[in-house]
Amino acid sequence: MESIQHRVFQYTWLMCGQREDAEEVAQETLLRVFENFDQLQDPARVRAWVFRIAKNFCLMKHRRSVFAPEREVSLDELLPGTEDVARSSQLEDRSEMPEQRLLRAELNAQLERAIRGLPETYRSVVLLRDVEGLSTAETAEILDLSQDVVKQRLHRGRLALRKSLASYLGGNGEVKQK
Amino acid sequence: MTGHVHSHHAQGQRGPRCLEVFARFSEYLDGELDEMDCRLIEEHIKDCAPCVEFLRSLRRSIEAAHAYSAQVEPAQPPPELESRLKQAWQEALRRRKSA
Repeated sequence: MESIQHRVFQYTWLMCGQREDAEEVAQETLLRVFENFDQLQDPARVRAWVFRIAKNFCLMKHRRSVFAPEREVSLDELLPGTEDVARSSQLEDRSEMPEQRLLRAELNAQLERAIRGLPETYRSVVLLRDVEGLSTAETAEILDLSQDVVKQRLHRGRLALRKSLASYLGGNGEVKQK
Repeated sequence: MTGHVHSHHAQGQRGPRCLEVFARFSEYLDGELDEMDCRLIEEHIKDCAPCVEFLRSLRRSIEAAHAYSAQVEPAQPPPELESRLKQAWQEALRRRKSA
């Protein structure tokens, strides 16, 4: 039970942005999941089923709450100039530094900010595909999208994430002072 | 093609070929491209260091997302709701076993 609680809360935490909203949506989701568990026909699809319920509760909360406005991100905005390349290559070096745990925590915090900063259409896809590890087909089913649209949104969301994470590092690879 | 692409890089821009493969990097990393499209990308990046660097950093940020784990835990639900959740969970397990 703890495992499913953690996964659901992690999803709602990144989708909703507000802790109280995330907790409320996670609780509503878990209750719905547990109370309707016998309706799940195929146990192999449990993750898709759970996240579909979570997504629906997030949407309902979205209608009652203030979320980031919808915005299309153009590929041109995300395409790096060559000056970006040296900085982005330092992203790779970070994971090999000795203070790995501390850096991981910092990277997680940066990831949270970057994911929450994505337009909702990209955020929902990146969360399911890259954070929760669902397949393109499962994500398409949960979000009622075609697989092609999932792929396109995933790519744009990833490019935006990459850009945010690259700018997290200063010119010498050190964490920027906030 | 290579010379053309590199002349764009020298100006801090991307050539048309870069833009074409750039749009498909995610599918490439996810192994969702067919063999011919994979080969086109690999042919291009063989001679394009900025695209290789970009692909590498994109892969690292995807890996960071894969490894993400929320550092915060949800607050304990109110006692009444917690008891309802536990009961619903026990009931779900019981129904599952008897099915």
